[in-house]
Amino acid sequence: MLLAAALVAALWWLLDVTAANMAERGIRSGFDFLREPAGFAIGESLLPFDSTDSALWALAAGLANTLRVALPAILASTLLGTLIGLGRLSPNLLLRGLCAGYVETLRNVPLLLQLLAWYFVVTDLLPLASEALQVAPHVFLSKSGLAIPWLGGDAGVFDLPLRGEMNIVGGATLTPEFLALFLGLSLYTAAYVAETVRAGIQALPRGQSDAALALGLTRVQLFRLVLLPQALRSIIPPLTNQHLSLTKNASLAVAIGYPDLVSVANTTLNQTGRAAECIALIMAVYLILSLLTAWLSAWLERRSGRWAQRS
Amino acid sequence: MAQRLAGATQRALGATLMKPTTRDWLRRNLFSNAFSSVTTLALLAAALWWLPGLIDWLLLQAVFRPDAAACEAVHHAGACWGVVAEKYRVILFGRYPYEQQWRPLLATVLLLSVILASGLRLLPRNALLAAWTLALPGFLLLMGGGWFGLGRVGSDQWGGLPLTLLLATLGMLLALPLALLVALGRLSGLPLLRGLCTLYVELVRGVPLISVLFLASFLFPIILPQGYSIDVLLRVQAGIVLFAAAYLSETIRGGLQGVPAGQHDAAAALGLGRWQALRWIILPQALRAVVPSMMNSAVSIFKDTSLVTVVSMYELTGALSLALAGDAEWRSFHLEGYLFIGLIYWIGCYSMSRFSRGLERADGIPRAAA
Repeated sequence: MLLAAALVAALWWLLDVTAANMAERGIRSGFDFLREPAGFAIGESLLPFDSTDSALWALAAGLANTLRVALPAILASTLLGTLIGLGRLSPNLLLRGLCAGYVETLRNVPLLLQLLAWYFVVTDLLPLASEALQVAPHVFLSKSGLAIPWLGGDAGVFDLPLRGEMNIVGGATLTPEFLALFLGLSLYTAAYVAETVRAGIQALPRGQSDAALALGLTRVQLFRLVLLPQALRSIIPPLTNQHLSLTKNASLAVAIGYPDLVSVANTTLNQTGRAAECIALIMAVYLILSLLTAWLSAWLERRSGRWAQRS
Repeated sequence: MAQRLAGATQRALGATLMKPTTRDWLRRNLFSNAFSSVTTLALLAAALWWLPGLIDWLLLQAVFRPDAAACEAVHHAGACWGVVAEKYRVILFGRYPYEQQWRPLLATVLLLSVILASGLRLLPRNALLAAWTLALPGFLLLMGGGWFGLGRVGSDQWGGLPLTLLLATLGMLLALPLALLVALGRLSGLPLLRGLCTLYVELVRGVPLISVLFLASFLFPIILPQGYSIDVLLRVQAGIVLFAAAYLSETIRGGLQGVPAGQHDAAAALGLGRWQALRWIILPQALRAVVPSMMNSAVSIFKDTSLVTVVSMYELTGALSLALAGDAEWRSFHLEGYLFIGLIYWIGCYSMSRFSRGLERADGIPRAAA
C-alpha cells in the first residue's frame, strides 16, 4: 500500500516536472507528426518512399529495412554457426582449432568495430565500379556494392548484370551499407550460434555417440540422425535468443548509415524534436518483435519435441 | 641394482613406445579417416596459400614508421602500422589536452592494476576493498583535476581507453547492487513490486542498447527538474548501468532460485530472520554460483561501451574515428587502426572469458574462509 502510494507520488512528480520542462522549452508533444511529410530521403528502401511521404511511412520503410537485413543474416549465421559448432567437435585437430579460433576472435571484438571495419573494407579497399571484381558469372563486387542477377529485365526471366563503360549495368545491387551490415551481423552471430550448437550437443550423454558408432553409423549419420534431433530441444531456445539479439544488433546500422528503423527514427527525431515519441516507437516495435520471437520459439520447441519423439 | 634394471627396462620400453605414439597421435588427430585426411590436406594447402601473403602484409612489407608517404608507396601490399605510431595519443586518450595526457595514462594504469589485482587475487580481501575505494576516486580526481594545481579537464574532453575502462568498470560495479535489488524484487511476495521489477527487466531486455542510450542522452534532460543538469558522461553511464542491471538481475535471480529450499528452512530453524538468512546463508551461495555468468555479462558490457560512439562520445572506438576520419593523409589506413583497437578489446575480453572459464573449471570461487 505504502509502495503504491510512493509510486503514484513519484510518477506524478515526474510528469509534472517533465510537463514544466517541455512548456519552458516550447517542445510540443503527441504523435501528430507521424502524419506529416517526412521531409528527408531514405538511401534505400524495400517500400516505395520519397520525402513527401508521411513520417509513419518512413518508419515503416525503416522497419522493412531492418527485417530485410535481419532475416537473411539470421539464416546465414545459423547455417555458418552450425557448421562451425560441429567443426569444434570434429576429431580433426586443425579443423577444431580453426573453428575455435574463429569463435574466440569474433566473439571478443565489439560488433560495432567489426561493422565499421567491414564498411571500410567495402567502401575504401574494393576497386571502383569500372574495375569491379567478378566473383562469379554475372556477380560483380566493387566500391558501389554487389551486383547480382535478379528477376525481371527485358532479355528474359533473369536480369543479368554486365560490365558497362564506367559502371555495372543491370541486375540488382546490394549497397555497401547493406553488405557491411549483413556480413558483420552474420559473422558475429555465427560465433554465438556455434557455441550454442556445441553446448547443446556436448550436453547429450556420451553413450549416445558411442552407441551410434557401435551400431556402425558414420559420423554424418551420427550427427544427422542421433545427435542433432536430440540436441535441437536444448538448442532452440538459446538459438532464438541469438536471432533476437541479431535483430536488436541490426540497430547498429545507424553507425554506418544503413536506413534501418533506428536510424530512420533518429533522423525523424532530429527533424521534429519529438524525442520521447520517437524513442517510445523504437522501443515498442522492438518489444513487439521480442514477443513475437518468444512466441515463435515456444511453438518451435513444441514442434521439435514432437519431431524428436517421432524420429 | 634391481631399481637400475627397472629404470633401464622402462627407458627401453619408452623408446619403443615413443615412435608409435607420435604416429598414433597424428592418426588420431589429423588422419582418422578419409574425410579427416582430406580436411587436413585442404587446410594445410590453404595455409600455405594464404599465410605467406598474410605475413607479408602484417610484417614483412609493413611500414612501421609514422610516414604517410612511405605508407602510400606500398599501396596496401603491406600494413601501415605507422598510422598507430602517428596517432596513438589521440586513439588512446581522445581529446584530452595533449600535454596533460600523463594523467589519463596514470589513471588507466591505476584502475587496470586494481582490476588485475582483484582477478589474480594478489591482495587479501580487506586490502582489495581499500584499493578499490581509493582507485575509483583517484581515477576521477586524476582525470577531472581541479586540485593540487592540476588543471580542471571537463568530462566532455575525456576519451579513449580510460573512458572505455571507466564506463565498463563503473557500469559493472553500479549495475550489480541494482541487479541484486531487482532480482530480490522479482522474488518478493508483494505483487506490485514483483510486477514492476519484471516490467523493468523485460522492457530493457527487449530493446536494443542504442535506444536506451538515446533515452539517456535525449530524455534525461527533459525529466529532470529545472535548474539541474547532468553531464553527458553521467547520463550515458546511467544508461549503461540500467541496461546491464536488467541482464545481470536475471543471472542473479537464477542463482537465488538455485539455492535449495532446505537452506531457507535450515536458516529459519536456526532462528535467523529473513534478512539475516539472506545475508549469511542464501546470498553467499547464490552469488558464488553465478560468478562465471556475471563475468560473461562483464565481457558484454566492455564490448557494449563501444556504442557510446553513437551518442558522440570519444571512447576507444570514437577516438579512432576522431583520429582518422578528418585527416586526409591517414584516412585510407583505417583498417590498421581498427585492427589495433580490436586487439585492445580482444585482450580485455579474452582474458575475462579465460578467467571465467578458470573459475568454472575449479568449480569456482574459493570457499568462504570460515
